[in-house]
Amino acid sequence: MAQPTRHEKPKDLRKTLRFLWRYLKNHRAILFLISFLTVVSAGANVYGTYLLKPVVNNYVLPGNIPGLVRILVFMGTVYLAGVAASYGYSQLMVKIAQKIVQEIRNDLFRKVQTLPLAFFDARTHGELMSRFTNDIDTIADALNNSFTVLIQSFITLVGTFLVLILLNSELSVIVLISFLGMFWFLRYSSKKSHAYFSRQQKFMGSLNGFIEEMVEGQKVVKVFNHEEMNFTEFSERNQKLQEAATGALTYSGILVPVVASLSYFNYALCACIGAFFTISGGMDLGSLASYLVYVRQTAMPVNHFSQQMNFIMAALSGAERISEIMESMPETDSGTVTLVHTAISADDRLQESEKGEWAWRKPNADGSVELAPLRGDVRFHDVVFGYDPGHPVLKKINLYAKPGQKIAFVGSTGAGKTTIANLINRFYDVTSGNITYDGINVRDIKKDDLRHSLAVVLQDTHLFTGTIADNIRYGNPNATMDQIVEAAKLANADSFIQRLPDGYDTMLSGDGANLSQGQRQLLAIARAAVSDPPVLILDEATSSVDAHTEKLIETGMDHLMENRTVFVIAHRLSTVRNAKAIIVLENGTILERGSHDELVARKGRYYQLYTGQFELS
Amino acid sequence: MFQRFFVYFHNYRKHLIGSVFCVAMEAVFELIVPLIMAQIIDVGVVNRDKSYILQKSLLMVACALVSLLLGALYARLAAVAGQGFGAELRKAEYRKVQGFSFSNMDHFSTPSLITRLTSDITILQNTVCNGIRPIIRGPVMMVMALAMTVIMSPKLAVIFLIAIPVLAICLFFILRMLRPMYGRMQKALDRVNSIVQENLTAIRTVKSYVKGQSESEKFEEVNGVFRESSERAFRYAVLNMPCFQLVMYATILCILWFGGNFIHTGTMQVGTLTGFLSYVLQILNALMMISNVFLMLSRSMISASRIFEVMDEPQEIVGGTQERMVQRGQIDFDHVCFKYQEAAKEDVLSDICLHIGAGQTVGIIGGTGSAKSSLVQLIPRLYDVTSGSLKIDGHDVKEYPIAHLRDAVGMVLQKNTLFSGTIRENLKWGNVDATEEELNWACHIACVDEFLPRLPDGYETDLGQGGVNVSGGQKQRLCIARALLKRPRVLIFDDSTSAVDTATEAKIRERLAENLKDTTKIFITQRINSIEHADLIVVLKDGKINEAGKHGELLAHNPIYRDIYEFQRKGTTA
Repeated sequence: MAQPTRHEKPKDLRKTLRFLWRYLKNHRAILFLISFLTVVSAGANVYGTYLLKPVVNNYVLPGNIPGLVRILVFMGTVYLAGVAASYGYSQLMVKIAQKIVQEIRNDLFRKVQTLPLAFFDARTHGELMSRFTNDIDTIADALNNSFTVLIQSFITLVGTFLVLILLNSELSVIVLISFLGMFWFLRYSSKKSHAYFSRQQKFMGSLNGFIEEMVEGQKVVKVFNHEEMNFTEFSERNQKLQEAATGALTYSGILVPVVASLSYFNYALCACIGAFFTISGGMDLGSLASYLVYVRQTAMPVNHFSQQMNFIMAALSGAERISEIMESMPETDSGTVTLVHTAISADDRLQESEKGEWAWRKPNADGSVELAPLRGDVRFHDVVFGYDPGHPVLKKINLYAKPGQKIAFVGSTGAGKTTIANLINRFYDVTSGNITYDGINVRDIKKDDLRHSLAVVLQDTHLFTGTIADNIRYGNPNATMDQIVEAAKLANADSFIQRLPDGYDTMLSGDGANLSQGQRQLLAIARAAVSDPPVLILDEATSSVDAHTEKLIETGMDHLMENRTVFVIAHRLSTVRNAKAIIVLENGTILERGSHDELVARKGRYYQLYTGQFELS
Repeated sequence: MFQRFFVYFHNYRKHLIGSVFCVAMEAVFELIVPLIMAQIIDVGVVNRDKSYILQKSLLMVACALVSLLLGALYARLAAVAGQGFGAELRKAEYRKVQGFSFSNMDHFSTPSLITRLTSDITILQNTVCNGIRPIIRGPVMMVMALAMTVIMSPKLAVIFLIAIPVLAICLFFILRMLRPMYGRMQKALDRVNSIVQENLTAIRTVKSYVKGQSESEKFEEVNGVFRESSERAFRYAVLNMPCFQLVMYATILCILWFGGNFIHTGTMQVGTLTGFLSYVLQILNALMMISNVFLMLSRSMISASRIFEVMDEPQEIVGGTQERMVQRGQIDFDHVCFKYQEAAKEDVLSDICLHIGAGQTVGIIGGTGSAKSSLVQLIPRLYDVTSGSLKIDGHDVKEYPIAHLRDAVGMVLQKNTLFSGTIRENLKWGNVDATEEELNWACHIACVDEFLPRLPDGYETDLGQGGVNVSGGQKQRLCIARALLKRPRVLIFDDSTSAVDTATEAKIRERLAENLKDTTKIFITQRINSIEHADLIVVLKDGKINEAGKHGELLAHNPIYRDIYEFQRKGTTA
């Protein structure tokens, strides 16, 4: 392996440990208590063993039965304390471990919500899912199993070692050296196996990503008879995971016998040298025997520790992958302008209030605040944008939408229509030029507030698990049932909803699998309608709806959006012909702009599109 | 249940047996070492025989080396067997899921199916990998140690006769309480996963409605439920430890008491007592190992039963056994009724009778929710008819092997899915062996060639997750090209040009008519102009055929068709 990467590994490990410590430290007090109880439990065990010798020598041999009863009661008390401590720390540990895992999971989910779209576009869902499932599970397993074992091993080790030194300090040098050897080996191999476990978690992510994509796209898989091909790909990934996991497991599994035989070796060495010692009179036979018993006992904690190795290594790799996401850059948001409700006060000035018209709240540099009513004036100034640098999708776009206007974008597929919508709500940021909203640069508006002021109905409709009413309410959590029904009527969804077995309370699951594409679009429109937005963007929102229904929806939406700005993206000209202004896009530039009649009269590109459509007559 | 699992060890039987053997031998060696030690002290030191001591020490080192070898071998074999088992099981389950029809898929939700394919398998696999050692070592150690104690003092060994059943009963109760708890825990986990999955798929909707906060709250609630259920389960599981200690300590005290009394009455030697005590730990430790395996097992049994639910799901759509191929592409619906669920009250499609001649072009038109998509999904048997029959070339679709049927019936779905990978990889789904010419041919017909040169890397352009790097219309055209590469006998377009502009759509239609003369083409559409030249136009209303005929006939007397026509005419001219 190359030199630089070897230098990086431990640094990564430290970073990962720091990440974990962030969660552990919130529970410092309880973790301390757990450690204490673990020490008590381990101590009771060691002390009990230590008492065995005096019990035999002082009570059993002389036949002191009342003394035996006394000492046994005492031992029983010690043991009971140990059991109680074990009970306490194991219960507490479960509580803490679950709590920490819950916190990590919550934080991860929250973090994911703040990430920019480009992040999601670059990864398969399954790969991301894998961080929520496998990677977090590894941490949970390690917390559940390893934490207390580590403490216990440490305590037992230190305790026995102290006894060893007390018994015979010369011989203990051998024990110490062999311990150092064991720890050096553990350290060395932990670095090695870390690499294996990272590979394992990575391949697991890739396999899960594949499974997820294929199970979701099952319909296409079926239609294309692609099962066999997929299976080949699946088997390849499955095998890669198998190899990586077998490697990781072999490696961590070998640790156990290596450490165990190191301790045998140590045992043999002590026995041999100790025996010579005894022969030369440096030690009596009894001491040698009990010394060797203790030497043998030191092997236990080290063994336990090495058995936890695979849990710990897997958890570290998992934590590393989670912290990777936690450190991803969130969507940038330097906006300060917010959206507020206002009312006209007695002296005819705008004032913030609980309810009322929307307005922008602009804080000035000197701390004063300016309020400007939201009107829905959207302008593009020389906007250039490309998803990849070097491949501009939009080239120097200038356009304006005045409040109350309905602006339509038409143009051939891939002309950049959806991109315009993506820029207005800042899913992506312009490469150069700027976009203003009521005269404010959209970059200066807080993203959440900007998006609150816009409702977007997207080409692909996503429904959530829940009832139909819940799905419509998604646009406005405070909507009453009446408002929901009203919005559904406006979207022409009411009639099909009424026919469903439980009407508005029909449960949708699996992304609304049994609704038709058109019905799903109607629900998405109802969702936008119930949010009652100042500005509405419809991105091919009715592409799967029949023309008649579409017309009815249009009438309803026009009524709802009176005096408000609407952007309509469509290629179906019947959808856009009533727009105030139609913008024809081609290859990222604006070709024409005007009303339907003006554009037809101009006999340009729009006219061509239009007559192309009307070849039926 | 265990027997069912052994099938998946098939290729790894040697590894499994080998690892079991290694663990057993390792345990034996572990018991030999103290015996050698005793010899060093009792014989070597007592006789002051240095060479004997050296000899025995070397023997111990040799033992250590052998047990190292055994241990390492075990680690390797167990890893191979455990991971191999997991991989085989995962493969088998994946294969099973691939065979699922859509009604099968509807029984399990997609996220739950994914968990069953991923986490559940991992749990089982870990059980195997971590379980072999204790399940073998435990009993071996216990039996040997028990034998030693019985030899030493049968009277004292009676204590174990009481201690072991007591521990076993405790364990039994813990396990019995645990089983339903683990079940609840896994269900809660399913919900957590499904929220994450839903959130990731719908991230655009979440972001545009600024729902990050409320989604997080929803997640936290479900996550909280999961934490509670897993906390409850694990709290029971860890009772194992104090129970074990209690029994162990009590046993030690009993041995001391009775042993002390036996010595007092002179029926026992002191050495026997100390020797006896050293075995107590070994016996109970072994029990502890075994009980841990049972804990692990009880958790993985939940996963196992979830996997078996998948494996046992009867495959609803099974292909015909005859080597029948679709030759011409003539389709007949004969009184076909269909509903998605047996229990549903209303039929989605009722009494459909329709004859489509080979090579014909057919248009299907109808309002939103009139079951247009449901109708065509029956042709490649994505779903099966509930009653009536559907024939291709005069034979029931059920007689064709599934692969032949679906190869012959190309379908461009309404909800287009592209997969991560390059454009070329996606197109090749249609035909793995497609040549460059064939690719170009399909891309020309689907008008993909209009935007392909503008993409940064042409055919090698990476589409990203679900094809996020191309626009909706581009995606649809890619999907059409993909279907064309199959060169099917029947080609179905389920509203698959809805995001394509009209000029391009007209071009695609023209090229299809030109290049695929013999192919039966079925178009579902919203636009009359897309299908007016069709040989047959079917008007659907509420799952029934309202009328079927040619453009002219329908226009003359079908009120629904005329309505749509008038409406679209008005929409574009008035």
